[in-house]
Amino acid sequence: MTVLPANPMSPRPFRILKVVRELSDTFTLLLQPETGGAFSFRPGQFNMLYVFGAGEVPISISGEPAEDRQLVHTIRSVGPVTQALGRLKAGDVVGVRGPFGTPWPVEDAFGDDLAIIAGGVGLAPLRPAIYQALANRPRFGKLIIMYGARTPQDILFRKELEKWRSRFDVNVHVTVDHATGQWAGRVGVVTKVVAKAGFDPLHTTALVCGPEVMMRYAVEALEERGVAASKVHVSMERNMKCGVGLCGHCQWGPHFVCRDGPVFRFSDVAALFPVREL
Amino acid sequence: MVQIEGLGRIIDEHPFFRGIDGKFRSLLVGCAANERLDAGQYLFRQGGHADKFYLVRAGSLQLEVHAPGRTIVVDTVDEGEIVGWSWLVEPYRWTFDARAVTLLRLVSFDAKCLRGKMEADAELGYEVLRRFVPVIGQRLAATRLRLIDIYGPGE
Amino acid sequence: MAPSIGAKVVLLREDLDRLIAELRERGYVVIGPTLGEGAILYEEVTSSGDLPAGWSDVAEAAAYRLQEGADRRLFGYSLAAQGWKRHLYPPRQRLFLAERAGRGFRLSSGEADGAPMALLGVRACELAAIQIQDRVFTKEGFTEPGYAGRRRAAFIVAVECGRAAATCFCASAGTGPAVGPGYDLLLNEMIDGDAHRFLATAGSDNGAAILGGLSCRPPTAAELSSAAAQPAAAAAQQQRRISADAAGVLTRAAESPHWEAVSKRCLTCGNCTMVCPTCFCTTVEDITDLSGDIAERWRQWDSCFTIDYSYIHGGSVRQSGAARYRQWITHKLASWHRQFGSSGCVGCGRCIAWCPVGIDITAELHALEQAEQVSKGGDNGAD
Repeated sequence: MTVLPANPMSPRPFRILKVVRELSDTFTLLLQPETGGAFSFRPGQFNMLYVFGAGEVPISISGEPAEDRQLVHTIRSVGPVTQALGRLKAGDVVGVRGPFGTPWPVEDAFGDDLAIIAGGVGLAPLRPAIYQALANRPRFGKLIIMYGARTPQDILFRKELEKWRSRFDVNVHVTVDHATGQWAGRVGVVTKVVAKAGFDPLHTTALVCGPEVMMRYAVEALEERGVAASKVHVSMERNMKCGVGLCGHCQWGPHFVCRDGPVFRFSDVAALFPVREL
Repeated sequence: MVQIEGLGRIIDEHPFFRGIDGKFRSLLVGCAANERLDAGQYLFRQGGHADKFYLVRAGSLQLEVHAPGRTIVVDTVDEGEIVGWSWLVEPYRWTFDARAVTLLRLVSFDAKCLRGKMEADAELGYEVLRRFVPVIGQRLAATRLRLIDIYGPGE
Repeated sequence: MAPSIGAKVVLLREDLDRLIAELRERGYVVIGPTLGEGAILYEEVTSSGDLPAGWSDVAEAAAYRLQEGADRRLFGYSLAAQGWKRHLYPPRQRLFLAERAGRGFRLSSGEADGAPMALLGVRACELAAIQIQDRVFTKEGFTEPGYAGRRRAAFIVAVECGRAAATCFCASAGTGPAVGPGYDLLLNEMIDGDAHRFLATAGSDNGAAILGGLSCRPPTAAELSSAAAQPAAAAAQQQRRISADAAGVLTRAAESPHWEAVSKRCLTCGNCTMVCPTCFCTTVEDITDLSGDIAERWRQWDSCFTIDYSYIHGGSVRQSGAARYRQWITHKLASWHRQFGSSGCVGCGRCIAWCPVGIDITAELHALEQAEQVSKGGDNGAD
């Protein structure tokens, strides 16, 4: 279990330094605490972002964990609050509660190959883990990033993926579900990449984040390769509202996803995954 | 003879035929040939006569559908995989265009030759089909997954 | 000598007013049973005249009504329609007020706590429910400050049950009818002919001090044994029981066809969650005034039976009524153990009485248990 912030129910004002348009419906906010001071978090954790009067949404942190002067969130506009966030400009202020939840266990993977499997906007919560892995690159075997997006136009953090791919010590596989002839990359599901990627299944830790359906099949592909369920970690999405396991909304079986997750060891939740409407 | 031995080894080492019995391998070699294709070129076209199937040894290719004004990529086939099963079922016509994304090195099998041997030797026929079915199954599953449009806008 | 914890004295009927006055004197708002809206309600009382003298309640599946009791008992009913939750954790609470300031905003905190409360008439199951909510709201890592403050300040006067309603099953839930530790004062109400009195037991220093101020006589042996017989009598009347293996049954029942059967009756109205003394789910509502310069956040009770409860991008996770009923009962009787170290059910039976179609938590659990037995038997039979 992780340590909660000092006053977890009160939004702390953060000023927007910069808004970066990532995709047609996705943007990144660079934030700084209004009152100064630092913001520390661990990769995989999330904040509740508050837009004055409009409401609050859980958003994972997508920035560099070693950088505590600037808070970074990558957001897809899908509902009223995320759309309200999308209308904000540099200089505006948002409320931040957090960080909440369990982190990606990047340190536990030292000595293993690290397989990072992301789908769609699920790359955002994994980016801090990638930064942490790169900062500790010599401690891992292979570092393999497998990323699936809907179309080439939906590839998040494209420049960074290209930069990582150009390194000799990182393997990056990007695949899209739908493409036209302009796309010279791979077309097909991310699970196919998992089936073929060159990690050593007996010594691999996998971090998986994406739509729940994609995660189910990705985990299946990892298991078929022989990766132990105890070395697979998934990040769950449920209706997080309070962040401290108090309001009940994010329950998934016996777990409060906001507190016991969002990152779960797959072997701890394997029995819950197949149950519908849990 | 040297070339046949070389093809035999390539067939042996390719994941699709890995572990195949020696007697089947020699039958296969009789129908096989080495091929290469430059990036951008078409291996076959939709509607064309499906007279071969291919083991991809190196490189990758895309299966495409051409529509007025655009080309839709439906799948990517990489090194270690196979291309083509239209040769197995009448009327032996390719369903998609196959275009090399990179330089391709392939082993092709003459469909008529192979079908003839499979008809004559049911054991060989079973062995080849047994290896095709999982590939077809995996591609069908992958296609269904993409049908869900999991990264889509929701609702 | 001043009474200490465990001390027992006898209060006469009229001494109850002295007790209420003493509590009020010490700054407590006394909340106790009152008559209203055709039910017993826990509301502020200023004297024993506010209490439902001579009234009792009848509860059955989908039924609750008041009826005149056999005598002039003040606590002759079993339970109020709702528990103490609405006083310790009100249905609507303002979490903050925010004022626009330039391009940002300034927060001021929520509502100040009111006067401390004395809860008069807390039943054994209700005390257990309060103690369960204590664990929910003050668990490792996070304490809900509003609840914790009200709870810390509260004075609890428990009243032991001498009878049980048809919906009661606290005996099998392990929470009653005998009142467990955690009260400040415990009362046993006794009427014998014209003699109307209470055996009062101090459960805390605070309770003992208040008893000391009332200077009452010690109980007789007959009074002690009469009080001691009350919970046993209430236990003997209980017709419903809950299985000891509820958690196990539900953990194995996730895919049971029985959920479909329940959902044909369940209206997903959420009444059970509103009357449950341990259900704690809330949602927040962010609102602004017309100018858009003042925003408030309100927390209000929510129910896992609403469709929005499990909403995530793309749609709600629990669309079917079957999944929502399963969530509620599984959380209450199984997940709760993992989350808070006990069952979430105290056996008060309110969810049975206030369910408009009479769904009975004990009966549904029993049906699931039976179905499990049958399917086990079927497996054996197939050998």
